[in-house]
Amino acid sequence: MELLIKNGAVFDPKNGIKGDKTDISIKDGKIVKSVSSSAKIIDAGGRLVMAGGVDAHSHIAGAKVNVGRLMRPEDTRSGIKPRTKLTRPQTGYTVPNVYAMGYRYAQMGYTTVFEAAQAIMKARHTHEELEEIPIIDKGALTLFGSNWPTMDFVREKDMDKLAAYVAWGLLASRGFGVKVVNPGGGEMWGFGKNVTGLDDVVPNFDVTPKDIIVSLMKVNEMLGLPHSVHLHCNNLGKPGNYKTTLASMALADQVKAARDRQVLHVTHITFNCWGGTNWGDFESKADEIANYLNNSENVTTDMGQLIFGSATTMTADGPVQYANAKLLHAKWANGDVELEDASGVVPIFYVKQVSIHAIMWAMGLELALLTKDPYKVLLTTDHPNGGPFVNYPEVIALLMSNKKRQEEIKTVHEAVHKRTKLPGIDRELDFNDIAVMTRAGSSKVLGLLDTKGHLGIGADADIAIYDLKPDQIDPSVEHAKVKSAFQSAAYTIKGGEVVVKDGQITATPTGRTYWVDASVPHEHTEIMMKDIRNKFKNYYSIGLANYMVQDAYVTHPKVVKAGVIPVEVS
Amino acid sequence: MTVITDALCPFCGCTCDDITVVVEDNKITEVKHACKVGAAKIKGHHRIKAPMMRTDKKGEFREVSYDEAIEAAAKILAGSKRPLMYGWASALCEVHKKGILLAEELGAIIDNTATVCHAPSTLAVHEKGLPSATLGQVKNRADVVVFWGSNPVHAHPRHMGRYSVFAKGFFNEKGRRGRKVIVVDVRKTDTAAMADEYIQLQQGSDYLVISALRAILAGQAAVVPDAVGGVPKEQLVKLVDTLKAAKFGAVFFGMGLTQSISRYKNIDNAISLITELNAFTKYVITPMRGHYNVTGFGNVCAWETGYGTAVDFARGAPYYNPGETAANDVLLRKETDAAMIIAGDAGAHFPADSVRHLARIPVVQIDPYWNPTTEVANVVIPVAICGVEVEGTAYRMDGVSLRYRKLIEPEHPTDIEILEKITERVREIRGD
Repeated sequence: MELLIKNGAVFDPKNGIKGDKTDISIKDGKIVKSVSSSAKIIDAGGRLVMAGGVDAHSHIAGAKVNVGRLMRPEDTRSGIKPRTKLTRPQTGYTVPNVYAMGYRYAQMGYTTVFEAAQAIMKARHTHEELEEIPIIDKGALTLFGSNWPTMDFVREKDMDKLAAYVAWGLLASRGFGVKVVNPGGGEMWGFGKNVTGLDDVVPNFDVTPKDIIVSLMKVNEMLGLPHSVHLHCNNLGKPGNYKTTLASMALADQVKAARDRQVLHVTHITFNCWGGTNWGDFESKADEIANYLNNSENVTTDMGQLIFGSATTMTADGPVQYANAKLLHAKWANGDVELEDASGVVPIFYVKQVSIHAIMWAMGLELALLTKDPYKVLLTTDHPNGGPFVNYPEVIALLMSNKKRQEEIKTVHEAVHKRTKLPGIDRELDFNDIAVMTRAGSSKVLGLLDTKGHLGIGADADIAIYDLKPDQIDPSVEHAKVKSAFQSAAYTIKGGEVVVKDGQITATPTGRTYWVDASVPHEHTEIMMKDIRNKFKNYYSIGLANYMVQDAYVTHPKVVKAGVIPVEVS
Repeated sequence: MTVITDALCPFCGCTCDDITVVVEDNKITEVKHACKVGAAKIKGHHRIKAPMMRTDKKGEFREVSYDEAIEAAAKILAGSKRPLMYGWASALCEVHKKGILLAEELGAIIDNTATVCHAPSTLAVHEKGLPSATLGQVKNRADVVVFWGSNPVHAHPRHMGRYSVFAKGFFNEKGRRGRKVIVVDVRKTDTAAMADEYIQLQQGSDYLVISALRAILAGQAAVVPDAVGGVPKEQLVKLVDTLKAAKFGAVFFGMGLTQSISRYKNIDNAISLITELNAFTKYVITPMRGHYNVTGFGNVCAWETGYGTAVDFARGAPYYNPGETAANDVLLRKETDAAMIIAGDAGAHFPADSVRHLARIPVVQIDPYWNPTTEVANVVIPVAICGVEVEGTAYRMDGVSLRYRKLIEPEHPTDIEILEKITERVREIRGD
């Protein structure tokens, strides 16, 4: 099947195309040099064309998400759409059902999304949901930061065993990368405690969060995984945590990247660039984080932008969720997983006139606007923690229009003037910057830039056409048009197939699930498995034979190969 | 002879995964490690041999072909204005997915056995959330374990051995001796007989007793009367001290709490108690789910529809309002004009008036076994036993998903095949 997209105003940062009229040829799901005269033609008519959106951090599937649905029928009731001949029913706003996840991403022109956290023991559940999310390609990052084997091997300083465990854990969970959440804190939350900084010692395991982060970065690069370590910092949710964040970022200097990407991705900065010492003197230190990023090539981040209104916080950071529930007097779900990690789910409503929320709203924007290189700040809302992903167009409009920001600032708590730098920032991002933050950058951060996030020959034919003409619009003024165009793609093409036309779903193919198969020397696996077998014999509540995710749960796999290569430690 | 190890038991919510099964000539001849109930379920007994139908419910069944039975079932469902599809808890998640799709297409109400079991717990979760953990957390860490209105000795026979009482773990090498076990129940059950402390309360006073514990925990013991629900105040004060002294406490509750007076409010109150205990030390709370995959239905239904159970598709989009849309709501209102009962036994467990209504309307039963629901059925379609003859997914009571093995080849079609065929026929009849 051939397709030709003509007359598009193409923004393709990887290939240096900035709005030029460029034709795109598609054959068998890939972008090719040219197609025959029998190719179906889509005339973009000068409208904006980008690669399909790529989201590197979103909570779309698995135990936490489903707990969110089960505890929030009030959320399920919003966003309801009946079934059609083509589509299953849609429900929910912050915790949509599986069908709405796929349809809504596709309607925004997104074609690839990564679930940000799965415990290995609950990965089968994650994949059961991923299998049912229509249209988009997907994958899931696997939690390693409080796993007992991780901490044992870190304490033993045995990087070969740790690498073998990470490789095996990715296989067991069919995971794509190494997620680390409040390292060490997940274990301590097992007894209702937490770590307070990078140098605290985790009782019984005799390791520090710093040891865990550095060791996992080392083995991540030993294995040459496509993605770097993906870190949710310690002390998240506590005023003053920007210092921990900066100190965590600095740890990346100890390890050299094995691939052309960062050594460390520090996620949802909105939740960990907090200054002050308490809720009274709470302030934004997003500028300090941006300043760090402007002087480092080792670290990338994402915004975790706050969206006013309803959100559902969900994270493997168990203690922060208990604190949230207490602070907000909100309902609280906790879901600790034996030997692996903690987790919690708490609903929240972000209010413009609450000073903390207004300041947090500014943080994500400050970070994106003060960081010079858009490759270092991905556009996310840490869905649904900062707010649901359907609000990305709102974030795009805010980043592209100072006018819109100033209008918005007038409606939020005045603390935004004193405690953030946002009101004084007049930078406006352009379509190229947005294409980086939502496509090329996220693909690069994930290590998928060869086939995702660009429109060059050989890329997957995942393409979005938006109903706006870049040469005829001033996003600074016409921000409402920009938002509306990004909400509802004129076309979304997934693997060469038109899945959305004029904002409506036209086809619901099944996307692929990315996971990483990393090789390590057999003898390292053997030695590592002795420890693992012991863990199952004595401590896990299920057998090793029933632990790993079976092939039946990944019916459309895209296996990315990786494996041990030498690491240079500076 | 084949020996299958690490097999899973499809009986209760413990989903024990350490079963060894010996198979000879496609017959299970031996089941090791399972409890008696589980072993009996795995070995099987007295199956329905062939599909059966009758028009007059007072008349005898006649054996029919699968095609005939599927045709009749599809006609009943397609001709119904208010179909109910109930059961699901003894089937795998793969079956649930087919069922939800059919319910969607029919505009049916789909509900599961939780409605007469732990659905009140779900209502409480809507109000308060659920501070919980996997069972291995309990095994490795718990030093105080409370069973409230639950009797694992009989209902979840290996729970105490594998997870909660006798199990040894990383931080508890002593197992039983390292734990204080407390049982709160109206009757001195066999579980209570094994406890370090048994608190006997009067029937229907759970809510009061939990409230008293919360008051004492909050430092307001002065407002608590001398006895609450038949329990002396000193005993309650002592209990709070014990609970607070734990390093890791786990509370397991059963139908004594969900199906007694105050129902979901009991659980609501209990979850609040657990949340408040977390200000002092670590506590988790877990419902003792009955059927091995009742938790799975709640999960599949939640990710597919947004709601865990009692979903009404009459409007094309999922609608959920227990009290209005649960199985017994539509049966007691005599609103349902046809029902499909699958992998659950409404005949045995529903209120008499609900069963009376089932006796009046066309009923399709899909089940491996003859049970009280069969007595009110018009069309009975026997199927392979999920988790023994069919592989697939189930969720343990703590939400851990596991894959069941196929132990022997089935002689009957699977629920999945039957549902697919019914769905196909329904589409044809309705011209979809």
